Amino acid sequence: MADSKKTFLGTFNNGMIVENPTFTLMLGMCPTLGVTTAAMNGISMGLATTFVLVCSNLFISLLRNIIPDKVRIPSYIIVIASFVTIIDLMMKAFLPDLRAVLGTYIQLIVVNCIIFARAESFAAKNPPMLSVADGLGMGLGFTCSITLLSCVRELFGSGSIFGLQMMPEGYQPMAIMNQVPGGFITLGLLMILVNFIKQRVAAKQALRKEGIA
Amino acid sequence: MNTFLTILIGQILVNNYVMCQFFGICPFLGVSKKVDTAIGMGLAVTFVITLASFITWLVQYFLLVPLNLEYLQTIAFILVIAVLVQVVENALKKLSYSLYQALGVYLPLITTNCVVLAVAINNITDGYNLLESTFCGCCSALGFTLALVMLAGIRERMELSNMPKWMHGFPGALIMSGLMAVSFMGFGGLI
Repeated sequence: MADSKKTFLGTFNNGMIVENPTFTLMLGMCPTLGVTTAAMNGISMGLATTFVLVCSNLFISLLRNIIPDKVRIPSYIIVIASFVTIIDLMMKAFLPDLRAVLGTYIQLIVVNCIIFARAESFAAKNPPMLSVADGLGMGLGFTCSITLLSCVRELFGSGSIFGLQMMPEGYQPMAIMNQVPGGFITLGLLMILVNFIKQRVAAKQALRKEGIA
Repeated sequence: MNTFLTILIGQILVNNYVMCQFFGICPFLGVSKKVDTAIGMGLAVTFVITLASFITWLVQYFLLVPLNLEYLQTIAFILVIAVLVQVVENALKKLSYSLYQALGVYLPLITTNCVVLAVAINNITDGYNLLESTFCGCCSALGFTLALVMLAGIRERMELSNMPKWMHGFPGALIMSGLMAVSFMGFGGLI
């Protein structure tokens, strides 16, 4: 396992599944809860974050030997903020409706702790290719988890997924799922589910190991 | 006077940044294990947000608008906040060491607390003047502190209760915050 972490795919997998930012590292909670009222918003927020994460990881990794240790935090912030401004302006130009729905959250990618944490703990110590893999894995892991969360919320809150009607005709939408409490509670329940599955998997692996030994 | 009362009630109860708008969830969940640390974090955040609202307003209207650089708002604001946090940290170290020891640990975390940036950006979007912005910043931060300290109090009790293993820690805290958010919805019609 330790060896596979250093390859492109291993790093990607680590970010995507093993250390999934939402369910394992508990990072980037604000956009996770704030924009996930509809599946479309979740996936676009995830992709915007992935873009920023990959680019900032690449650049910080390239600059890792130049940036002095003392001013590294402001330097990282400038790199990240530049990419956030790029994506913000792009969305304003090409996807104005979506930008209006996501609102301030796009600008707030700059303070998303996932990006900051990956810059500090991964990109600053590893070569560019690996950092890109890490950014891609973490970003897509984040995208998957917030899309999942927003699918659940949209399904119960509006009876649809990606705008397609899913629930039968007589379904009464649960308005609370689209509001703040629904976000907290759905994430809490999903996290319980993930923890439960993880415990089961770990128990199975332990059993298998005993069998081999 | 009326505007200020509206801002006070609006920012603390009706539009509480944590409970009604999902900002600052990371420190909200991360630093709410104990009431003492929650109060420390709340005070540090209040201090920084109040100052940041004041300075970002000046930056916006005396630097960015005259130079037509509004599109650099994100970069300018986050830089102001990062520098401010650093300055506050150094100043506290020199001026009041006891306060520095109490708040020191939390200060670096504040840079990536999205409440600070969100308040600064919303102040501009809502078109407040300088005094209103500063007051609004202070109230939003008090609202954040209120939510943080309340959750910390509940979580201290929850540690002692008998729950299934997979509910402990974050999942429990999340569901608890959900219930708190339900009660905050009750303030909805106040203004």
